[in-house]
Amino acid sequence: MPILLLAEHAGRSLSDQTAKALTAALKIAGFSGAEIHVLVAGADARPAAEAAARLAGVTKVLLAQDAALAHQLAEPLADLLVALAPAYDVILASATASARNVLPRVAARLDVMQVSDIVEVVSADTFKRPIYAGNAIQTVQSSDATLVITVRAASFAAAAEGGTVPIEAIAGGTSTGLSRFLSDALAVSERPELASARRIVSGGRALGSVETFRDVILPLADTLDAAVGASRAAVDAGYAPNDWQVGQTGKVVAPELYIAVGISGAIQHLAGMKDSKVIVAINKDPEAPIFQVADYGLVGDLFEVLPEFDRALRS
Amino acid sequence: MKILVPVKRVVDHNVKIRARPDGSGVELANVKMSMNPFDEISVEQALRLKEAGKASEVVVVSIGPAKAEETLRTALAMGADRAVLVETDASVEPLAVAKILRGVAEAERPGLILVGKQAIDDDCNQTGQMLAGLLGVAQATFASRVEIEDQTARITREVDGGLQTIEVTLPAVVTVDLRLNEPRYASLPNIMKAKKKPLERKTPADFGVDIAPRLRVLWTEEPAGRGAGVKVASARELVAGLRNAGVV
Repeated sequence: MPILLLAEHAGRSLSDQTAKALTAALKIAGFSGAEIHVLVAGADARPAAEAAARLAGVTKVLLAQDAALAHQLAEPLADLLVALAPAYDVILASATASARNVLPRVAARLDVMQVSDIVEVVSADTFKRPIYAGNAIQTVQSSDATLVITVRAASFAAAAEGGTVPIEAIAGGTSTGLSRFLSDALAVSERPELASARRIVSGGRALGSVETFRDVILPLADTLDAAVGASRAAVDAGYAPNDWQVGQTGKVVAPELYIAVGISGAIQHLAGMKDSKVIVAINKDPEAPIFQVADYGLVGDLFEVLPEFDRALRS
Repeated sequence: MKILVPVKRVVDHNVKIRARPDGSGVELANVKMSMNPFDEISVEQALRLKEAGKASEVVVVSIGPAKAEETLRTALAMGADRAVLVETDASVEPLAVAKILRGVAEAERPGLILVGKQAIDDDCNQTGQMLAGLLGVAQATFASRVEIEDQTARITREVDGGLQTIEVTLPAVVTVDLRLNEPRYASLPNIMKAKKKPLERKTPADFGVDIAPRLRVLWTEEPAGRGAGVKVASARELVAGLRNAGVV
């Protein structure tokens, strides 16, 4: 039976998290020979479905459109997935906030144990996943009839585009009356999205205030066309919003370039960024643990180093 | 309204864990154990709701070895009213935990179940959502704000890119995120008092739950290390290095 990939999308556009989870699905299909269907569920999501139909390796796109699915509320979306489940061997999605919300609900209703946050496909039923904030990696084999999986997107390259496949409209499910959407407060930013950025500049508690964070980190990020991240300490201190948090309890990222400014390198932060290709640490404490994972370490006062760094980058 | 709060005994978050060289798991002998940090936040939130007159009783429950009583006593010392210990020495997966919690919830009939969004040992992030699915009630995950009305709760959730606010019908399962509150420390008199608070002992079999694992752990290893690179003396030298590496 085929694999069902739940798409992450914003209606008008498809998140590249979907193409990364597709790579994991293709690896499973490499063992099982299964086809891959993508489910796009939303209120007005045809453009996202069209983008999904262009991804290489997908054989069909299911488009479920209903007002009840507008905000990816867990209850109606789980109902839809549970209804589709008997036709599939595997249900998987990138481990976004939305998928982490809905898939365990689906797994419980199917009486299966979800495999969370896989970083490697070992075989059709065996996967590697991090535990203890990435300080250990477990290889687990599932004995369940249906596999429900979330994928750590930072560990998989995005699948390419190629050709186009049919989009099949399916019934959208109905409102359960259990939950209602009230409002969104989503940050609107010109900068690249943290989860998929090629470069990230992150600030820590050493920044000292929300004003300094803004005045020191943001210009450097703009020079590099980078996304902005923060350590949990900086978020807890109120210097940066929570959705900028990189780490075990925030986002796990793997950009080409990660610049850690005034971040000491607590285990929980390293868990979120240590798979970055090149890591730069700027910190005035030469003993800071961040230097143990940094490809380039610069010991110095960030308020002196950063303006110089910015100038040198522009020259 | 009664609030049910599951708590898990885990390796303390300050401990640097080690995988056993034979691949059989993580070394847990003589390691400091504590309440899962997210569960401290859910206990704290339950207590605040009780103090604000929104709840009448806070019941904490743990599924684990006899020593999980310590974790429950910590929650009782923070201010919870009574505890249920579902005792087992086996490692219990989130699905089985959720099934046991369903049994506890059916007996206790809470109006609200507050669950930590994930345990910092297995990092699964599943139990609350699974419990809501099994009970057929509403769920609100990753909460950074919880407001209780009469028959509903208004929850602000931490989602990718910002915040989402939803309203859920009670009873509901809410999983809590870091910014919801700052948990209190138990005072010495309260730690003493907690020793006398009621604690009921159960087993998974009392709830008719089969806790046999569905996932077989084949191997546990430490991730490939990442060596330290070079120290550069100036910003100019740093930029030269990054240009050589082709990342700027």
